Amino acid sequence: MENIALTEAVFYILLSLEKPLHGYGIMQNAEKLSSGRVRLAAGTLYGAINTLLEKHWIAAVPGESGDRKKEYVITELGKTAVLAELDRLRELVKNGEELTGGWNK
Amino acid sequence: MRKYVKKIFWAWEVEKEEHWLNEMSAKGLALVDYSWCRYAFEECEPGEYSYKIQLLEHSPNHPESEQYIRFMEETGAEQVAQYINWVYFRKKTAEGPFELFSDIESRLRHLILIKKLLLPFGILNLAVAFMNFINFGINAPDLLWVPFINLACAAFLIFGVAHIQKKIKKLKKEHAIME
Repeated sequence: MENIALTEAVFYILLSLEKPLHGYGIMQNAEKLSSGRVRLAAGTLYGAINTLLEKHWIAAVPGESGDRKKEYVITELGKTAVLAELDRLRELVKNGEELTGGWNK
Repeated sequence: MRKYVKKIFWAWEVEKEEHWLNEMSAKGLALVDYSWCRYAFEECEPGEYSYKIQLLEHSPNHPESEQYIRFMEETGAEQVAQYINWVYFRKKTAEGPFELFSDIESRLRHLILIKKLLLPFGILNLAVAFMNFINFGINAPDLLWVPFINLACAAFLIFGVAHIQKKIKKLKKEHAIME
């Protein structure tokens, strides 16, 4: 897997999809997880979902009849990407904290 | 009762157009339909709706566009009008700020799409102006004003492209250091 930073939108989409969820649910979940900071706009979210589907990081859940809202769920590949990203973030935080310890807040 | 307003916004004035629609909504007039430079409004609670305009890659009736519009509607937005590949969305202002894009990447992609729409027309007008200069210059000197019209159209469109390009450049610069 290429070692590249995930966008904030992608990171929160993947984190939201442990259980199947539709687009609007992802938006609400990302906002909740980030205490209101991350507000995914629908156009951006839509593009990211399609890219993640193409990469097989998430999968569309076969819809039940009557409910036309499409739901998505994270795949094993997606989980690997999140774990790799967490390692990268840990490194960033560790270096950041070590090197800014003497900076004034 | 519907109220109609005639007004022109060019393709590179999307933000200005959105701003105007939001101002109209603040006055209690909500856009409900649009056709060539003709805006249809219906009364609403002052500030009830926020508007956003998006250029789609395909026509609004294309399956991909339909899927996108359905997705937008699932998130609480409503499509009120479509014109060629342009779609007018609105959302209840009470549901929070209405944005189509929340990162630089997707904003850039939208601007590039608008640029791609304009650029061929600009170049086409330029080519037609050039051909007409030669053609009318030789065959019909009294019609030599025609290529000047073409040239004016080309200049106008290229001005629009330059306007978009300036925005693209600014966003790309930002994108180099942040999401």
